[in-house]
Formats: sequence, C-alpha cells, structure tokens
Amino acid sequence: MTSPQAATPAAAPPGEDDVLVRVENLVKYFPIRGPGLLARTVGHVQAVDGVSLELRRGQTLGLVGETGSGKTTLARCIAGLIPITSGRVIFDGHDIAGLSRRAMRPYRRDIQMIFQDPYGSLNPRRRVGSIIGDPFAVHHTASGAARKRAIQELMERVGLNPEHYNRFPAEFSGGQRQRIGLARALALRPKLIIADEPVSALDVSIQAQILNLLADLQNDFGLTYLFIAHDLEVVRHVSNQVTVMYLGRICEQGPKDPVYEKPRHPYTAALLSAAPAADPDAAAARQRIILTGDIPSPINPPSGCRFHPRCPKAQDLCHEQDPPLETKPGDAPEHQTACHFPVQPGEDLTTTSTIAAADASAGTGGEGSSLTGGAA
Amino acid sequence: MSLTELEFQGETTGSGPVQVIQGRSPWVLAWRRLRQDKVAVASLIVILLLALLAILAPVIAAWVGHPPNMPYTNQGLSSTGLPVAPSSTFFFGTDDLGRDLFIRVLYGAQVSLLVGFVSTLIGTVLGVAVGMMAGYFGGWIDTVLARSTDAVLAFPYVVLALALAVVFGPSLLEVIVVISFFSWAAIARVVRGQTLSIKEKEYIEAARSIGASPMRIMVLDILPNLIAPVLVLATLAIPTAIVFEATLSFLGVGVQPPTASWGNLLSQAQAFYQTSWWYLIFPTAFLLLTTLAFNLLGDGVRDALDPRTERLFAAQRKRGRARSKGAKPAATVEGAS
Amino acid sequence: MGFASFLIRRILLGIVVLWFVTVATFLLFFVAPQDPARLLAGKNTTAAQIANINRRLGLDQPLIVQYWHYLDRLLHGDLGTSYLTGTSVNTILKQDLPPTLSLLVGGVVLWLIVGISVGILSATRARTLLDRISTTGVLIGITFPTFVLGLLLLFAIYKPLNQAGFHWIQTGYEGPTQSVSGWVGHMILPWITIAAVSAATYTRLTRGSLLDVLGEDYIRTARSKGLSERRVVYRHGVRAALTPVVSQLGVDIGTLAGGAVVTETVFGLGGIGQASVTAITTGDAPVVLGVVLMAALFVVVANLIVDICYSILDPRVKLA
Repeated sequence: MTSPQAATPAAAPPGEDDVLVRVENLVKYFPIRGPGLLARTVGHVQAVDGVSLELRRGQTLGLVGETGSGKTTLARCIAGLIPITSGRVIFDGHDIAGLSRRAMRPYRRDIQMIFQDPYGSLNPRRRVGSIIGDPFAVHHTASGAARKRAIQELMERVGLNPEHYNRFPAEFSGGQRQRIGLARALALRPKLIIADEPVSALDVSIQAQILNLLADLQNDFGLTYLFIAHDLEVVRHVSNQVTVMYLGRICEQGPKDPVYEKPRHPYTAALLSAAPAADPDAAAARQRIILTGDIPSPINPPSGCRFHPRCPKAQDLCHEQDPPLETKPGDAPEHQTACHFPVQPGEDLTTTSTIAAADASAGTGGEGSSLTGGAA
Repeated sequence: MSLTELEFQGETTGSGPVQVIQGRSPWVLAWRRLRQDKVAVASLIVILLLALLAILAPVIAAWVGHPPNMPYTNQGLSSTGLPVAPSSTFFFGTDDLGRDLFIRVLYGAQVSLLVGFVSTLIGTVLGVAVGMMAGYFGGWIDTVLARSTDAVLAFPYVVLALALAVVFGPSLLEVIVVISFFSWAAIARVVRGQTLSIKEKEYIEAARSIGASPMRIMVLDILPNLIAPVLVLATLAIPTAIVFEATLSFLGVGVQPPTASWGNLLSQAQAFYQTSWWYLIFPTAFLLLTTLAFNLLGDGVRDALDPRTERLFAAQRKRGRARSKGAKPAATVEGAS
Repeated sequence: MGFASFLIRRILLGIVVLWFVTVATFLLFFVAPQDPARLLAGKNTTAAQIANINRRLGLDQPLIVQYWHYLDRLLHGDLGTSYLTGTSVNTILKQDLPPTLSLLVGGVVLWLIVGISVGILSATRARTLLDRISTTGVLIGITFPTFVLGLLLLFAIYKPLNQAGFHWIQTGYEGPTQSVSGWVGHMILPWITIAAVSAATYTRLTRGSLLDVLGEDYIRTARSKGLSERRVVYRHGVRAALTPVVSQLGVDIGTLAGGAVVTETVFGLGGIGQASVTAITTGDAPVVLGVVLMAALFVVVANLIVDICYSILDPRVKLA
C-alpha cells in the first residue's frame, strides 16, 4: 500500500510509509459549569468527537473545516496543550496523551506549533532574539555565544536579517513575525510542526512567500506538517493528505487528489464549489452549492450524521444513524468518507440544493426539515 | 509591507560578524512620553523635593537649632499658653506644646513618605504574586486566593484597621503592616484580571508548547506585560497609603506622639483651629500637596504607558469642534478604534 | 433564576457571612493582648478585684463557652452589655444609629447626584472649559483625606459663620424629628465631607465610562439614525455607562463605614462610628461585636440592593 505520488514540491521522498503520529478515537469535551458556588457541570461542548488519523513522516496533512469544526482543538490536543477526554495520541510509538508536564518535556522538542495570529503569538515585551532563543533556554541545549549564533543562523534560514536580533516584535511586519514564530519552532529541530492557520492573517502575496518557505524547510529538515486551514486552495497546494472536519468529526479524508477531484461527502463538495477557481470561465460556469443555516452548536449536536440538517441529500437514515468512516466503492483504499449517501460521480448537488428548498418553504410553508437549514 | 519584506530579504548577509541593532524598547518610548508631560514632570520634581526635605530633616533641624520634640515654653507659647504664629524664629509657628511646627512637619514628611513607599512596595510585591498565581493557575488556587482578596476588599477597612491597630499596639511598624495588608488586595485583584487576559494570548500557548515551566512563563512572559498596569497602580497606591496613615494617626491608632506625623499633628490641631490657624493649615497643605503630586504623577505614568486614551480624546475633540461649528457629527471620521 | 430563589439564596448567604463575622471578630478580640478587666478596674487594683470582674463578665470561661453564650444571647436579640458603661449594647446602638444613618444616606445620595451629573456633563462636553474645571476638581477631590476636608470645612465655614452670628450650621447631631432645618444645618457639612471623595471618584468613573460607551459603534448608529443628541446620550449612553458605576457602589458601601468613623469624630456626631472608635480603643468587646455586626449587616443588605439595581440596569446580567 503506497501513497500516491504527489506532484507538488512539498512531497516527501517516495515510499516513506512510516507513521509519525497516530491519533486514535480522540475525544475532547469541554465541560460547561453552571452558575453558583458549587458549580455543577450542566453540559459539554463536544469539540472533538472521536477522530482518528495518521501523519506520515515527511508528509503534510491538511486539516480543513469551518470555525467550530474542532480542528484547532484537535491540533492543541495533539500538541499536548490541552488534556484530552479520551483516546490515544501515539507519537513515534509512544502514547503521549495524558502525560504529566515533566514526562511530556522531551516530546516538546519534537512537536512544535506555529500560530495564526502574527500579532498575538509573540510577546510584545520581549526581544526577538530572546523569543527565538527560548527553546534553547528551556531545554538547556545551548547558551551564551553559541546560542546567539544558533539564533542568528535560524533567523537567516527563515529569511530575517540577523542584525535585528535585539528588536521588538512591534518593529516587524506580519509576514516577518510569522517567520520569527517559525524560527522559534525550528530551534530544536522538531520532527512535527503543527501549523494552525499560519497564513490566514497575511496578505496574499506574503502568503505565497511563507508557504514556499515552509516547503523549503520541510525538504531541508525532513519535517512533518499538520497544516490547518479553512482555505481549500492553500491546503491543496501544500498537502499530501487532506482531512475534512465538521462539528468535531471527520467527514472525509484521503490523499489530496482523489478528495479534491472526486469529493464523496456533500460537505466537501459544497466547500469545493465555493472555493474560487483559477479559470474565470470555469468559475462562471460552475454553480455554487449553498448550505443554509449556521453550523449548529457543538453543545447539542444533531443526532446521527452531524451534517444532516444542512445536507442537500439528507434522508431519515441520516437523522438516525451515525455514518461510519469507510472507503466507498470505487474509491482508492485510503480515501474514506463518512456518509450514508455519498456524492456519486457526475451528481450535481446544485439541483437538489437547499436554495430550491428554501424557496419552496418561503412560498408554501416548508418541506421536510432535513432539507432546510438547521437551527443552531 | 511587502516592500519592507523584500528589503529585509535583500539585506540577509552570510558573511562577516553580525552587528546587532538595538531595538526601541517600549520602556524607552514611555519614558520619552512621560518627559514631555509637563504636569507629570512637575509632580515628580515636587515629590523629589519633598523626599529631599524629609531625608534632610535632621540636618535642617540642627541648622535651625530646634529639635522636633523640644517644647519651647517661653518663646514658643504665648502668655496665655497658646501656640505662637509663624515668624522668623518659627517658620510655621508652634504647636500646643511650643514645639517648632516647621520641623515637626518635616519629620512628619519622613513618616508619610516612609509609610507610603514601604507599604506600597510590600503590598505590590504581595499583590502581584497573589494575583499572578491566582490568574495563572486557576482552579482551587484561584478560588481560595480570589475569595480572600474579595474578603479583604469588602470589609470596612477603617474598622478592621482600628481593630488590628489596637490588637497589636499602635506604632509605626504596626501602621506599615496594617496598610500593607490592605493594599495588596486591590493590586492582586487587578493583576489577577490582567493575568487572566494575558494567559489567553497565543504567545503564552507558544511558551507552553516549548515546554516552559509555569514559573518561567510567569516571570518571563506574563510579568513583563504586567509591569505597566502595576506601575500605575503602585504610583496611585502611594497617596492612598499616605492618607490612610494620616487617618489612623488622626484617630489615635497610628503613629503616637511625640513622634510627629501629619495625621497626629492634625488630631492635636483640632482643638486649636479657632485660635491658631497655622497648626491646621501647614500640615494640611503638605499632606494635600504630596497626595496631589502622586496622583498627578500616576495619571501621567498611565498616559505615558498607554497612549490609546489620547486617540479617543482626539476623536472627541474633533466631534466637539465640528459640533460647535455647526457641522453634522456624522461627517467626522472616527479616530478611536 | 427566579427572583424569589435569588433572594432566598442571598439572604442565606448573608446569614452565613454574618456568622463568619461574629467568629472572626470574637477571635480577634479574645486573642488580643488587651485585658478588659484590667482596663475597667483602673490602675491600682488587686488581683482579687480583677478576678471578680472576670467572673462577672464571664471572661474566666473557655473561649468556646463564651462564644456559645454570645451566640445564644444573639439569637434572642440580645447583644450583650458594654464592659465600659454597663449599658446594654442594644441601647447604645439604637442611640447611635440615627446620626450614622442620616450621615450615610444623605452622603450617598449627595455623591451619587453630584458624581453622576457632573460626570455626564463632563463627558458630553469633553475637553471644554467645564470639563477641565471638573477634571481638576475631581483630582483635588480624590486627593482629599476625609478628615482633612472635615477640619477645613469647620475652619473655613463653621467658624466664620458662627463668629458672624449665623448659627444655622452646628456641630453635633440633631434629629429630623426635632427640626428638619436643624437637622440639615447639623448635617450639611458632614454630608459634604463624606461625599466629596466619592463624588470625585464617581465623576471620573461616570465620565470615563460614558466616554467609552459614546465611542461605541451602536451609538454612532443611533446618531446616524437621526436621534437627537440628548436622546442618544441619556437613553442609550447613560444606561450602559452606569453599570460600572453601580458595581463600584457595591464595593464602596464597605468603605462608607470607614468614612463615617472619621466624619463622626470630626463633627462630634456621636454615631456608631465614633462609638466603635471608643469601644475598640478601650477593649469594650460587646460593643465592638455589636458595631461590627451592624456594619456587616449593612454591607450585606446594601450589596443586595446594588445587585438588584445592577440587574435592572443591565438586562443581560442574570441574577445568579
């Protein structure tokens, strides 16, 4: 079982089948406390509800979803920043979920994060050199002149001027700050970098630079990336594998080409139809699948398939039974979908889309609730 | 932005020793802003002068020749036994025992400034420690610490201060202890709130993801961001402490006579305000001047560290001017963000 | 949360707090190095006399027993008798309550009215002459220690007026039941004294809060909808701006008691504050306990009222 060859420069050497991170049935619920002195737990925000995935060494997994899909929570669970409710996170063969801070320390060298907000991810009161050098200080790997040299090398490597070692973050642009964050993440030569929407807050021209930088670094340092984003085109450019999340669950995952060219889950299809196309003619010809309604609250998620209130293809089964994540007939073995009625090749969801249903309900007073938008 | 990016890209050199350019620290910028604030500078000068006078009080007393506790029953009291008015011998006049009021006021400055600085220092250190730990650790630590803070703040402090003062016996040390006990709570509450909001910032998450210990995060990442609000609080806490000491001494449970404190001077002056205005006016003037100076300085420090307020006022001013000129308010551009 | 259940919860909580207060004060007093018996007996006493006093006052019994007796009497409405004067604490409190109540109620009303109105005026005319004057006034007001203000008022107003033969303003206390004009004449200076610092604080608070609110987008929307400035400010702006003021009031209720002590001392009002000073300095435990309980009760009730007002002002706040 070999993974399909990726054509992008971010591809790992072929045949690298080694799994660096395996997540098994990760569940993260946030308790909601009631008011009062003796606060009782009155409910849970079901942020991540049974997610399993694999990250292969040297490859990039793109994780896509709307706000509220749980992708950020998932990332932080894997990074060990928040404790998980249940499940396993196996890093390089070791189960790191639920480790104490002390036990987790050695793994912190191998797992690093870069964050979305270039303005919030750097301490405004610290100098850049100090920020980048933090990992060295925490893990006692280098000090004094050696540390400074290492920091300046890192700065050069990410495209910063090492003379700015003593400057404050406020003196840098957004793109440069992301480079600073990258330099900090690279300091201890990690194996895994979790990038939480690293380019969402940047201008488009800068995005390209940063993405290229990420690709170069992956090649040079043999990095594995978990790349989180909501912009599908960005994900397509950088990833080998793609996972699509909705309301705490995976709805579709697999190598990127099959998922992008033949999406089986209606949600994936809707997302792709909304993404801007490079060819203006194709864009004009394409019809968007409109999903009505907002993403429901993760406190009280819909029963059965979480997507059913907004799904153009939903039927009673979807309301009752949770679809398993499995390979649908006709797909590559690694392309898995969680849907009772996956999108068939050539099926046009715009005809059964919720626009028609919305029009109908506006006129007559409503179709079945499965076709109109679900309330939050 | 992209132009700057390209600029920096181009500047990357691989050869030669790398010189380091000094960054413009936010502290340097704040200090510059403070220097330009005339009111704050004036207040600072007043405070420094007062401090100088207080420190030099023994020297001045020796130079004038009047020790602070020496009653001059002949020169210092009138024939009816009342204090004498200000003169070239007694610059501020005398008190009811014939002691030189000027010298006593200077010694009173010693007490006020000492109590002000020391209690505020202790209160700040304690308050920052408690507030930071409560805010950062959360959970039961926070519950215990935050409730204690609230309890101290909610209690009618004068009554409790009186009780504590009586229990431990009034003295200078007791006053410092009592005032420190109350000042930490106000600071702890603010620090806790600030810590809670700083804790949510991504750079704290980044520090945790590197594996930094809580202690390291608190000292290196949170504390530097606390210094600004704490500095303002501390500067404004000093006059509160000074007034508190004066009040306690006034009520008789603070610094005891014959040691001079502005508070106990005023307590004794109560009986004489009908006849000897100077006994009331001079300690009052010094007390007011001192507290006013610290309050103005505190405001100046706050403005220097947080120039946002200026922008809001600029927008207001524009609106006000536009309105007075008869223009519609909707036409102005909001400068505040 | 239903209003009734909220009320019941708060009352229960209040009782718990009061109970804590009795324990704390009791402990504080009886671990103090002061010896009430000795103080009462005076300088030249014999051991026998002291033992006598101890037995009479019940001070020779273990702490727990004393506390139990105290609690028992308390639940019957009896606050004990003063060590110093022998009169019942209930009587003392009843006598001393009117001046304190007059002072506090009048003071709060005065400072709220002045503070909020000047604050609103200042905010709506920011950076004008009026605003600058009030800002300076605020700065001075915040700086003023209460007792100093009282003394200065006595010096600058009471003395000259009395010397000129105009006797309306007096020290000491006279109740409204005797003469309303006399009551005001006695209370006007104390009211100003106790209200001044808080009025300044509240002016600044209202001004700042209103300025913040007026900068918000929804105010801009209201203006652009064509609502009159007055309506925008008073209907929308002030309502939102008052919430921090009200919550501040909750905090300040506690410090009121302190200001009362000082003001009563300066003006000789003979209220609970003054009584507490005497009681504390003479180690008169029952009176102190009574006073502290009253103060705590006052704080609890006042906080309750403030919370209710707060939830009326800001409907987002649930009575939790």
